[in-house]
Amino acid sequence: MRLGYAQRRRLKRIGFWALAAVIVIYTVFPFYWSIVTSMKTGSALFSVDLLPPDPVWENYHLIFAEQPFARNIGNSVLVAVAVVALSLALAVTAAFAFGRLRFRGRVGLLLAILAVSMFPQVAVLSGMFTLVRWLGLFNSLFALILTYLIFTLPFTVWVLTTFMRELPKELEEAAIVDGAKPLTILTRIYLPLLVPALATTGLLAFIVAWNEFLFALTFTLSNEMRTVPVAIALMTGGSQYELPWGQIMAASVVVTLPLIALVLVCQRMIVSGLTAGAVKG
Amino acid sequence: MTQAAMTGAVRKTPAASRLTRQRARAAWLFLAPSLLVLILVAAWPLLRTFAYGFTDANLADPGAAAFIGFENYRFLLTDPLWWRSVWNTVFFTVVAVSLEMVIGTIIALALNAAVPWRGGLRAAVLIPWVIPTVVAAQMWGWMYHDIHGVLNEILVGLGLIEAKLAWTADPDLAIWAVIFTDVWKTTPFVALLVLAGLQMVPRDILEAAKMDGVSGFKLFFGVILPLIRSAVLVAALFRILDSLRIFDVIYVLTGNNERTMSMSVYARQQLVDFQDVGFGSAATSLLFGIVALVSVVYLMLGRLELMRED
Repeated sequence: MRLGYAQRRRLKRIGFWALAAVIVIYTVFPFYWSIVTSMKTGSALFSVDLLPPDPVWENYHLIFAEQPFARNIGNSVLVAVAVVALSLALAVTAAFAFGRLRFRGRVGLLLAILAVSMFPQVAVLSGMFTLVRWLGLFNSLFALILTYLIFTLPFTVWVLTTFMRELPKELEEAAIVDGAKPLTILTRIYLPLLVPALATTGLLAFIVAWNEFLFALTFTLSNEMRTVPVAIALMTGGSQYELPWGQIMAASVVVTLPLIALVLVCQRMIVSGLTAGAVKG
Repeated sequence: MTQAAMTGAVRKTPAASRLTRQRARAAWLFLAPSLLVLILVAAWPLLRTFAYGFTDANLADPGAAAFIGFENYRFLLTDPLWWRSVWNTVFFTVVAVSLEMVIGTIIALALNAAVPWRGGLRAAVLIPWVIPTVVAAQMWGWMYHDIHGVLNEILVGLGLIEAKLAWTADPDLAIWAVIFTDVWKTTPFVALLVLAGLQMVPRDILEAAKMDGVSGFKLFFGVILPLIRSAVLVAALFRILDSLRIFDVIYVLTGNNERTMSMSVYARQQLVDFQDVGFGSAATSLLFGIVALVSVVYLMLGRLELMRED
């Protein structure tokens, strides 16, 4: 039996909704499950209910009372904000040079910076460790602020350069005729136009710094200096045999909710920033 | 005088060349801070690591190290655990990146189709991307739990498996637990890049293909895929490079278990846990070489491919 046009259309539509539903369940369920788990304690943890039978906030209380989790969050915020500010300040002038000025060795240098962003992080680990110790920064947040520049700086330079290139040339020509110096051109003409690009790049760099694990694990030692990912990875409870899953999930939810809110608000910005770095480059 | 010669003559006027020189000088001034920082936190640590690879340095006092030539590399190449970690990494990369490309492309196609709640769908897809890798690994670790895990519960309930599985402890399953977690976490990134490629496909080409009665698989493989090829290749390159250096997921999910140990996990264990900076540095240098080689070969093949097309 052959299906009519309308029937085929309807089938197609149902198939499409089913696909969309499967995608949403696949991407959201693990996070949903961690929320459910975070509201259970004791034996309720070990039952599989799609909704917590009687939700409790005890785990959320415990991560702040028994673990230095507030301190960990403060560390992560401080490190990420400092890294973003430093990266943007350094990258905006570099991107101006790469995107707007002509000089010998421009392409080669830009490719070298791109190559740095492809370094496997572990490949610099022992050299970085020596650097950190030599500067006396071991077990300090400054170690992380400095070392995170190895991946946030090349990335911000690269993305800001692609944004900078897209701005029309006519903007600066009048200023050049008027005898404006390059620094004036950058700060007066381009910087105001770059604000959206800076916000996008800064947001992406923030997420990268917030999520970093290997350096934070290796260059800090004490519980008080840990950033959020290290704290969550190494979280232990009273018993050494069973991990405090309720608390781990509560901590996961606490640090993920703001990020998800950020993503929901800045969806367009994030998508344009991610693809500007990759596809157009 | 021809037009070209005239512009050439104009460009050579003293004022113009002074401007060019002034701007070139400014360029280096603008670049200097970034370059200095990158020399400090990238070039120097990398070269220092290479140098450590030829010594017997240890973590307690890396300064007191003796040059031992290729001894570390000789030992590394005969260490079965190193080869195990190379194999694990390669297996993980091939399987995970393939899955990510296929699932990512399907999600991108769904996002590109005109649906009523496309914004909501895209937001849902971004969730795994924004979740920290460590958090993703813990979430999956809890779902994989052998006795109380929800995954076993669902699979047993659906009748797909008979008994609960020890996802992270079973030597044969552990690598798959790692793969599934990584695929979940990184597929959104692939989907977004492929989606950007899809959005550049001209509508009229699709319309024309549909008028000719081309649809479904034929439309995708014959018309769309060749047009989004470069976006797909870029996404795959990013994912391959990322997978070759995988650390976070494995460290959190299965620790130093040798059935899942990647090259990064192996190198860090030598460096930090065993304090053997010299040997660990040799391992990371080899990893660096492998990643560099893969990038160069991939970029060359990609360029050949593009040239053949022209």
